[in-house]
This record gives sequence, C-alpha cells and structure tokens, in this order.
Amino acid sequence: MAKQLTVFVENRAGRLKSITDSLRKSNIDIRAFTIQDRGDYGLLKLIVDRPNDAYLALADLGYACALRDILAISVPDQPGNFHRLTSALADHAVNVIDAYGFVLQPHKTGVCCMEIDQPQLMKARDIVAQAGFTVLEDDELYNL
Amino acid sequence: MEVPFWNKEIETLDRPMLEKLQLQRLREAISWAFRTPFYQKRLPQAGITGPDDIKSLPDLQRIPFTEKDDLRRSFPKGLLAVEMKEVIRIHSSSGTTGIPTVIYFARDDLDRWTDLLARCIVATGASAGDVFQNMMTYGMFTGGLGLHYGAERVGMTVIPISGGKTKRQIQTMKDFQTTVLHVTPSYLLHIQSKLGEDGVNLADLSLRRAFIGAEPHSENTRRKIEELLGIDAFNSYGLSELNGPGVAFECVCKKDMHLWEDAYIVEIIDPISGQAVENGQEGEVVLTNLVRRATPILRYRTRDLAFLHPEPCECGRTHRRLSRILGRTDDMLIINGVNVFPSQIEEKIMKIPEVATNYQIYVDKKGALDRLTVKVEIYPKLFLGEVSKLEALRGRIREELRSSIVITPNVELHEPGSLPISEGKAKRVVDERPKD
Repeated sequence: MAKQLTVFVENRAGRLKSITDSLRKSNIDIRAFTIQDRGDYGLLKLIVDRPNDAYLALADLGYACALRDILAISVPDQPGNFHRLTSALADHAVNVIDAYGFVLQPHKTGVCCMEIDQPQLMKARDIVAQAGFTVLEDDELYNL
Repeated sequence: MEVPFWNKEIETLDRPMLEKLQLQRLREAISWAFRTPFYQKRLPQAGITGPDDIKSLPDLQRIPFTEKDDLRRSFPKGLLAVEMKEVIRIHSSSGTTGIPTVIYFARDDLDRWTDLLARCIVATGASAGDVFQNMMTYGMFTGGLGLHYGAERVGMTVIPISGGKTKRQIQTMKDFQTTVLHVTPSYLLHIQSKLGEDGVNLADLSLRRAFIGAEPHSENTRRKIEELLGIDAFNSYGLSELNGPGVAFECVCKKDMHLWEDAYIVEIIDPISGQAVENGQEGEVVLTNLVRRATPILRYRTRDLAFLHPEPCECGRTHRRLSRILGRTDDMLIINGVNVFPSQIEEKIMKIPEVATNYQIYVDKKGALDRLTVKVEIYPKLFLGEVSKLEALRGRIREELRSSIVITPNVELHEPGSLPISEGKAKRVVDERPKD
C-alpha cells in the first residue's frame, strides 16, 4: 500500500516553511502534496520518496503527524478515465474521504490518490483492480 | 502508612492548646504591628489600641482586613516593624501590576520560615539523602530561596538550578540522580514533554517526588504529572506576603494541604460581605502571620478561593487542611454575565487524553458580545491524521466545557508546543476585551 504522510499544521504564516525546511534537510523528495483546510488548522498531505524518514524527521520536531495507507491508482490521462474510476467505487458504495490527483506524463499517465475509510480500504483496492486500473505500491509510485 | 514528622509535638498539638498558642501569638503580633506606621494608623481607627483589646480568638474579627493595595501604598517602609539593621533579607513581589510590594525578614523570621518549610518537606516523606532540584526562580521571588533553605535544613542535597533552561534541567536530573523536584506544574509538564529529545529518558532518572505550586492547577493536572512521570506530586501553597511557600503543604496522604496554624491564623470569608463562611464552605482565604516580626501582616486578603476541611487528616496532624486553590477572586472572568474560573476550564481539558498539556484561554469581543476561545494543543502520540477525529475532538471539548461553564466556547486546535509557555508561570489567560 502507498503511504501518505499527514501533518497537522496551524493556519498561520511560516508553518509550512518550517515543515518543508525539515524535509529539505532530510533530503526528502516530494512527489505530491495537498492541504485540507479546516479554518484554524489544516492537514498537509504528502507523497514522498521515503515516508518513514520524513515521518521521523517531523515527529522529532514535535509535529503531530501520521502515516496512512491510501490507494494510489495509476489512471491513463485521457477523457473519461477518472469517471470510470469513480463509477466503479460508487457502484460498490465505497465512500472517498479525500482525494487528489496529479499528472506524471501529460496525455499518458496520471495518478489518483484516495483516502478511504479503513474498513473499506482493501475492498476498494480489489474493486479498482477489477475495473482495470493499476494500484501502485510505494516504490512504484516514486519510480514512475 | 508511615507518617513522618519534623516537629511532631507542634504538628499534633491538640486543638485547645493550639488555639491557646494562637491567641498568645496573635497578641504578640499585634504589639509588633503597632511598631509599623501603617498599623499605628489603621488599628486605632478600628478601636484597637493594643494587644489587650484582643481577649479571645473571635476578637480577631475586630481587626480590619489588610489588602494588597495597603501593601502597595505602604511601599517601601510603611510595614517595617524593626530597625533596618535587623533586616537580613528582603523579598519583593513581581510587581506585575506596576507597584511592587516588599516583605522584610529579621534573622528569627527567616529561621521560623525555614523551619516551616522543613516541616512541609518532611511531611511528604522526603528526607535527608534526597537530591532536591529546585526549579523555582531564585531572587526576589520567594519560591526559590524559601524551599532552598528548608531543604538544606532537612539535610537534602540541594541543587539551586532555578527556573528555565529545560535541556540543562533534564541533564542535571540525570547527572545527580535527582529524587525531588520543586517546580510549577506547567513547567514540569513542559519538561516531561521534552524527555527523550536529547537521549535522556524517564528510565535514566530517579525521580520520586515533586512539590508543585506557585500557580493554580487541577487535580487532573496533578494526576497527569504523577502518571506521566511515575512520581508522587504534592501541592504547595504560599504567597510572598505571608513569607512565600510553606503556608500550607500536603502530607503523605495527599488529601489537601495542612496549613500551619501555629504560624498563621486562617479564615475563610465571603469575598463580598467579608463575613466568615460556614465551616467547610468555599470562600476567600484570609491569613494572619503570627510569627513574623519585621513585617507583621494581620488578616491579609489573599484573593485566593479555597475551603478548609473540617475533619482531621488520617496522618494525625491537628492543623487543618486547606483545599487546592479553586480560583482567584480577581482572576474570575465574567463572560457575557457568566462567572467563569480558568480552573474550571483546565479541569475539563486535562481529562481529555488527545490534547497535550498546554492550553490557553482567550477572551475578546465580537460586536457587543464577549467571545471565549479555548486553545489546546494536539497530543502527537494520539494523532491519526483524520479530520473526522479532530473535529470530533473539537466538538467533545466544546461540549465538555459547555456542560461545566454554561457558555459554549470556540475551540481552536494547535500544533504541539506552539502555545506560549513561560518557563515559570504559564500565561493561561489572555483577555483582549477593551477596558472601559
């Protein structure tokens, strides 16, 4: 399973810099990130090349952070494919808590990262695979 | 349970004898008070011309209260009862409100204060052979030096490290295998959160006891300290106007603090009417110093809210027990007409494991209404990276507080270690409402 690093971050100037500075010093490569904004705070979600090292670097500084299993799905970058993916999940009543996507090679490969409720996570992986998508493991995600 | 004593005779003196001693000492204190410019004026105004006007302990109530402002107005020498050459130490309050207050000690005064502190220390089970790391600020603040001399008298190995410099505190605890700490509860929790960062873990230490005081804290805070550090924590009470620490202290039973009634007379009054409350009821603590010659203070209004346990303690001491400080008559917040004590908020927050040990209460105005915001830090070890759990936590804190203080606060979640902590007293309450 691919790992997402989630960091609790207060919504004020300079907080992100403090995190990125720590990741830079640990020579962590960031493949993707997004922020879920909750007003006074946000959750910074990161896909990085060495999730365990990144986690430890931030935890040592006292950050509230967590590594979570997510679905990282390789999706061909053509019209309709994301819809095919969401339809497959919807048909089996799988709820997506949060999701974000990025394009690796324009018109060829995109990646969709999905947070799924823990009890439904394995089921969701099977559904996605049956629908013809490739679910990426950690290493695959970074070596695309 | 073995109950250690420093001065068993005095600590277990039967009540009639104790009260007899109090009356005798009260009369002496009044004659000393008459040597100060302040009481020379104040006492005759109340019809008291000398110690002979006090024939029984209830006559104490004829003496007018002394307030903090009286001390400020008497600065610097209005309450000095001896020649300056007899004064061997001066302590002064922090003067956070602007005008300082001062307390003078003659040699005998310091000796008696030190003896009270030795009594406090021994009552907790600490003894000669303990290594005592005194993290209270030294200097004009009474917290540091007071316990320092008491601990030396007991024969402990005293480390006068004073406050601050967390890494050095932790390293020192390891280097000398400290067994007893004297510290504010908020700073102790701060230190606990830093254990392990530089390779010193709890297992490397030999901590057994902590004396915690100098700021109000809840029973849950004490338990948190005891559980996180695996020690016994003893509450301490004192204020600089009445010497400093050593007014009241917990014994091995840890069921509130014995107030040394051979040295102080304690009254609990209704802060509005000034009348004594019923036995066991909560009210403002009023203290008379019976044995300090250089700066006698009679019926001092402490602004601290507490109650006295009417029943005796299992330890056998006859000196009554003062509850923890439940609030301050002057730190009560009035929010949209509702009285709120910061201690009520702390009590609730400290029960919730998902929040860390630091918090802040913030009050401002939104339009015509007061707005209460409670800021808490996330506890990293229980963070799972889920928004739903964070929002549930926020809702739970809000609901817990609403049921306790009647008003519904905003609850802000903050990063661990982000809220301000001074290395002495924590800045818990920020009131930004415009003053009229």
